[in-house]
Amino acid sequence: MQSAISASLIITEEASRTLIGCSGAWTIEHLFSVTHQLETLQPHTYVLWDLSGISDIDSSGVALWQLSNRRFEEKGCICETIGEQKEHSHLFRLLYAKALQEAPLPKSPSWLYQIGKETHRSILGIGNFLSFLGEAFVLLFYTLKHPSLIRYRSIGAHIVETGTRALPIIAISAFLIGVVVAYQSVVQLQKFGADIFIVDMIGISLTRELAPLITAIVVAGRSGSAFTAQIGAMKMTQEIDAMKTMGFDPFTFLVWPRVFALMIVMPLLIFFADMVGIFGGMVIAQAHSHLSFTEFIHRLQGALALKHYLIGIIKGPFFAFLIAFVSTYRGFQVSMNTESIGRYTTKSVVNAIFLVIACDALFSILLTELKL
Amino acid sequence: MKQIIIDVRDVVTAFGEHLIHDHINCTVRENEIYALLGGSGSGKSTLMREMILLERPQSGTIHVLGHDLSKLTPLEAAGLRRSWGVLFQSGALYSSLTVGENIALLYNEYTNLSPKLIEELIRLKINLVGLPPHAKHLYPSQLSGGMIKRAALARALALDPKLLFLDEPTSGLDPLSSRQFDALIQQLRDLLGLTIIMVTHDLDTIHHIVDRFTLLGEKKAIAEGSLEEVLAIEHPIIDYFFQKGSYGITC
Repeated sequence: MQSAISASLIITEEASRTLIGCSGAWTIEHLFSVTHQLETLQPHTYVLWDLSGISDIDSSGVALWQLSNRRFEEKGCICETIGEQKEHSHLFRLLYAKALQEAPLPKSPSWLYQIGKETHRSILGIGNFLSFLGEAFVLLFYTLKHPSLIRYRSIGAHIVETGTRALPIIAISAFLIGVVVAYQSVVQLQKFGADIFIVDMIGISLTRELAPLITAIVVAGRSGSAFTAQIGAMKMTQEIDAMKTMGFDPFTFLVWPRVFALMIVMPLLIFFADMVGIFGGMVIAQAHSHLSFTEFIHRLQGALALKHYLIGIIKGPFFAFLIAFVSTYRGFQVSMNTESIGRYTTKSVVNAIFLVIACDALFSILLTELKL
Repeated sequence: MKQIIIDVRDVVTAFGEHLIHDHINCTVRENEIYALLGGSGSGKSTLMREMILLERPQSGTIHVLGHDLSKLTPLEAAGLRRSWGVLFQSGALYSSLTVGENIALLYNEYTNLSPKLIEELIRLKINLVGLPPHAKHLYPSQLSGGMIKRAALARALALDPKLLFLDEPTSGLDPLSSRQFDALIQQLRDLLGLTIIMVTHDLDTIHHIVDRFTLLGEKKAIAEGSLEEVLAIEHPIIDYFFQKGSYGITC
């Protein structure tokens, strides 16, 4: 079937007549030169196609012939064909069995409509999230009334997954944050000969703000995305529908175990991040200001009031609640196509980090007003 | 005698300890509708995946269009991949692209045709498989099961392949759509001179359009031939598969 002879055209112009002699293989890989020739051709009023020289033709060849033919006819030419072979007419009848119809792109609506639609969607989104929360809490109270329904085993598994397994990455992040803060402050404090205040600087900034925030961001990226993808995949494979039909409520089985596990684990992770972060600061303080570990810890006992540490720890469950709820909510929004898992996972992480930062800002304002 | 398109000789496949194919042979000839049959887990899909270079057998040879699949250079493999079209069971349309873009992708990557001609070809292929013209602008998630199969077939036919692989083309379609799909496949074979290899469970498809087939079972190719030839053989798996003597097909 394969012919090495490329498609070619012989165009003969006689008075008011254009004769187009086609030959060679009019197949997809041999068609390029002819395409250009035909598209630039300006024929006379009468066009005669001679197809007798064509050795092989496929649908792209037929399409090119018909496309050019249509263009000539639109210009008012009279077109005729000779030398058609059985193979051509078969293919033509198969391909052009039904008249081709234009399928214009659906019109995109006006910008005003789109703004309105997006606003409406955002408001609906907030409403959906609130109803998700509401449903979750109704089920929480129901579960608390019947404690046998609490999924302890599942909570435990999630604690291992979101807590224990997150320790290495949190250790590295917290250590590096401690190092960075120590470095930046040591340079400034040395100018005033106030090296010793590095202890206050690290102790307070890490335990109160930085450790909770960095832990929350790592957890949102690590566990939040996992929650969305897990639940999203279950939704796509109809596992969630299966659970519902068996009377296993997705909230008690999927949402609350994750939320509880994260709320338990987060303060512990923050405590861990405090320790590692301060250690990072200690290493730099010793290297740069010759402040020994013993001196550092001695100073820390005086400088770091308990309240700073407690404020940092208390933020944990709040951050955990936001991360777990947003990511499970986004998981339930996944629809039946593969793309949406990626889209909602991204949304879940972005939303979770934003909410964590917003919540942290709220804490700052509140605690400052309370003079804490 | 028609030219041999695919020749499978002594193929052995195993996943770890689990043996799938134990010295399987089969031959597909030009312009045939050939089916690979067998119960679930009999390795018919695996055999097809070996034919289209997605898996490799442990031993044995597979010749497709005269090429030995175990001795292909990357260039030959690329050429071979362009000479066949594959319809996957779930369609496997790229979900981030519209139907039109799914088809256009092949033209844009492999040909230097003009945009106008590509546009015409996309419309032709969509028309050919019986999709409505506006389907071009739809995303796979907006299509029904039958439309996905048709769109995937349009994509498989984009480069006018001479060889078409279909993995359970009628699964998940209603009986009427299945018969329409069968008719379409038969029409394509007759008019475009295609050779078609399919994996199927559909007894109606086997009865109406399949020319020859291989029945796989117990890790072996139990029988090869046309329906009449195979039904003449006495074998428990053949009896079971075609439900001979009960309400199934009789000859």
